[in-house]
Amino acid sequence: MRKTFTAFVAGAALLAAAGVSAQEIRIGIAQEPSSIDPHYHNLGPNNGFLSHVYERLVQQDSKQRLKPGLAVSWKPISETVWEFKLRKGVKWHDGSPFTADDVVFTATRAVNVPNSPSSFGTYLKGKTFKKVDDYTVHVSTKDPYPLMATEMSTILIISKKAAEGAQTKDFNLGKAAIGTGPYKFVKWQKGDIVEFVRNDDYWGGKPKWSKIVLKPISSAPTRVAAMLAGDVDMIDGVPTADIETLKKNSKVKLSQGISNRVIYLHMDQQRDKSPFVTDKNGNPMDKNPLKDVRVRKAISMMINRPAIVERVMEGVAIPAGQLVSETFFGHTPNLKSEKYDPAAAKKLLKEAGWGDGFGLTIHGPNNRYINDSKICEAIAQMLTRGGIPTKVVTMPKNVYFKRASRGGPDKSPEFSFILVGWGSGTGEASSPLKSLLTTYDKSKGHGASNRGRHSNPKMDALVVKALATVDDEKRRTLLQQATEVGIGEDQGIIPLHYQVNTWATRPGLRYDARTDERTLAMDIQVVK
Amino acid sequence: MSVFIIRRLLQSVVVIWVMSLLVFGGVYLIGDPIDMLINPEADQEDIDAAIRALGLDKPIHEQYWFFLINALKGDLGSSFIFNEPALQLILARMPATMELAFASLFISIFFGIPLGMWAGLHPESIAGRSIMTGSILGFSLPSFWVGIMFIMFFAVILGVLPSGGRAETTEFLGMQVSFLSWDGLSHILLPAVNLALFKLSLVIRLSRAGTQEVIHQDYIKFARAKGVSEKRVILVHVLKNILIPVVTILGLEFGSVIAFAVVTETVFAWPGMGKLIIESIDQLDRPVIVAYLMIIVFMFIVINLVVDILYSVLDPRVRLQDVKA
Repeated sequence: MRKTFTAFVAGAALLAAAGVSAQEIRIGIAQEPSSIDPHYHNLGPNNGFLSHVYERLVQQDSKQRLKPGLAVSWKPISETVWEFKLRKGVKWHDGSPFTADDVVFTATRAVNVPNSPSSFGTYLKGKTFKKVDDYTVHVSTKDPYPLMATEMSTILIISKKAAEGAQTKDFNLGKAAIGTGPYKFVKWQKGDIVEFVRNDDYWGGKPKWSKIVLKPISSAPTRVAAMLAGDVDMIDGVPTADIETLKKNSKVKLSQGISNRVIYLHMDQQRDKSPFVTDKNGNPMDKNPLKDVRVRKAISMMINRPAIVERVMEGVAIPAGQLVSETFFGHTPNLKSEKYDPAAAKKLLKEAGWGDGFGLTIHGPNNRYINDSKICEAIAQMLTRGGIPTKVVTMPKNVYFKRASRGGPDKSPEFSFILVGWGSGTGEASSPLKSLLTTYDKSKGHGASNRGRHSNPKMDALVVKALATVDDEKRRTLLQQATEVGIGEDQGIIPLHYQVNTWATRPGLRYDARTDERTLAMDIQVVK
Repeated sequence: MSVFIIRRLLQSVVVIWVMSLLVFGGVYLIGDPIDMLINPEADQEDIDAAIRALGLDKPIHEQYWFFLINALKGDLGSSFIFNEPALQLILARMPATMELAFASLFISIFFGIPLGMWAGLHPESIAGRSIMTGSILGFSLPSFWVGIMFIMFFAVILGVLPSGGRAETTEFLGMQVSFLSWDGLSHILLPAVNLALFKLSLVIRLSRAGTQEVIHQDYIKFARAKGVSEKRVILVHVLKNILIPVVTILGLEFGSVIAFAVVTETVFAWPGMGKLIIESIDQLDRPVIVAYLMIIVFMFIVINLVVDILYSVLDPRVRLQDVKA
């Protein structure tokens, strides 16, 4: 009797497990989207999770390489016009057909969302969309525009019929949340749950999961506990400190992959009197050693990157020598991560006339990047040992970022030496080169996040030329050259490492770790 | 009594106004959320546009004036992050927090008072001593640690209770509640006990001290001499007289449970107001922070008022009136 009962229970459990594995997937997520309106907020979680519901003309695969989405092909047909051929036979979730009208509607709507805290105008301004026929769209710009396909891989397309006149609220309530994606939007209870169900009419074949349940669990230990307790099938943002223990746990499988985020240091290269550069005794100086490229190079050589990766990051990071890693467009093979060489660094400092050293303060956030404040501490110790006594000040991101970008007089950056990260959302090198290393110029939109105010006309020219070169190979070479000048010759910033992201799943699943840090049910593989 | 209540409510308006001024100024001093909200790929023009869209380009006094005018019309501003009225966002989360707060209040009263009275009546017994030792633990262990231990033990190791979150809700009296199902109760149990722990210990200590004091009073001796049954002595004469301090403390604590369930809600991923406020502070979502704190101040004032009224019901000697200088 007892045996039968056990067998029955085991059988039921198996059935239940099998039922779940083929059907529903529950994911514990670190950060929830701020809206279901795909154009309200250009924010990581929104761009990621909403990709279940809506699609883009051009998609990025898990390594951020471009592939056809709602457009089957695209090409420049003249200097300033790109042609997109749209996919035929695609249906919206409400059954109506997808056409060029929807694309043109999306382009006008996306730049005009009331109260948007971060508008998609960033990618759409200066572009004019024209419907040629139902399945052809022409996009024209004033100047040649090589990044057209890349930027179109950021815009989620919405239905004209469902969303005309709709407000952000109408999307959040689901009324206007009509996409073409593999899953349909069901509901969003803020802070509690986001739910999608399978779109059985999906043009790309029947999606794997019948239902996706996203559970926002912001506290990392709770997220890990939910995974261990089997309350969710997968979590993102596994903390580095837990990785070793989880590796030994048979209830959990880890999936890891390099991200598009590089952690690096900015150094004040503009002011002669930099507020946080002092002499050895902490007194202000009239001269700013960080303006000397030899000093910047010496600082880079004092940093033992493998040690930071090993000790601070618990092995979960990759030393960096430039802004994007190998698989990305514009990566240059000529630039490796700087070797740790304290002796050579000392020599360089002496040559530059700073043999006696000087004082620095490193500023960094303490809740933005993986182990950010610990990295600052490690760097400060390394520099102090190398003859540059360095103090550490870290603060919460909500205080830090404003001060780092606009906290000083006349909205200038407040600090002298800071730790920041950059995630390459477009998956190529031009956007970080333009934002971080070109000369700060508001009228041109250059150097928007150039918090060290590095400036070199030679590099600016290379970037500007690259941004106007449509030919991929030529552009790649220009971007590589710009990187070699800006980072190799100039030491405009000091790259530290690329982050590696970790997801945990239950056994039987594997996640194709995405470089863009998104958590997508489409990239979960069922393995035996 | 009605004059007393009206005057109290008028005073509260002033307090709430001062509060809004302090919070508004404080958050302004910390900074603005633009650098966290905006995509890093945005250029200077986009950043300026976003600053304008949120009205952050105006001088602080203008921003405050605008806020005040709207607040008088009942509009406390819209969340920078969600673009929804802050008040609505908070009220939508309120049932979840209330549910948790009432569950923990229930636990502290229905376990705290009997346990405390037992310990007071039998101070030398093993049970009495254990209760007191337990209450020390309840006071001194940090609640986030206890919460995580609860999760590890009951959800991960034993696997009998869910690790966090709230169960599917159903509508009850126009509110979304989850306590009407077994699944819902199993989700509430751990966070409610976690949240109740501190108050439970407090109630135990208060009831014990109260019991020990009251039990030697003349009216208890008299009641016993009169031949009143022991049960009635304890349940009526003792209980009623120890309730005054317990009610005061619980009233005040109830406010703080609602206001500061932050830790428990974060640890248990409970979608209440506490989780909302901590995330709003993280992102400097000023309208939500200001509205939340104004609501909390108002709530404290109301709770204090209710406590004062309850007082006069429990102890007829207390007259409701203002203290005049």
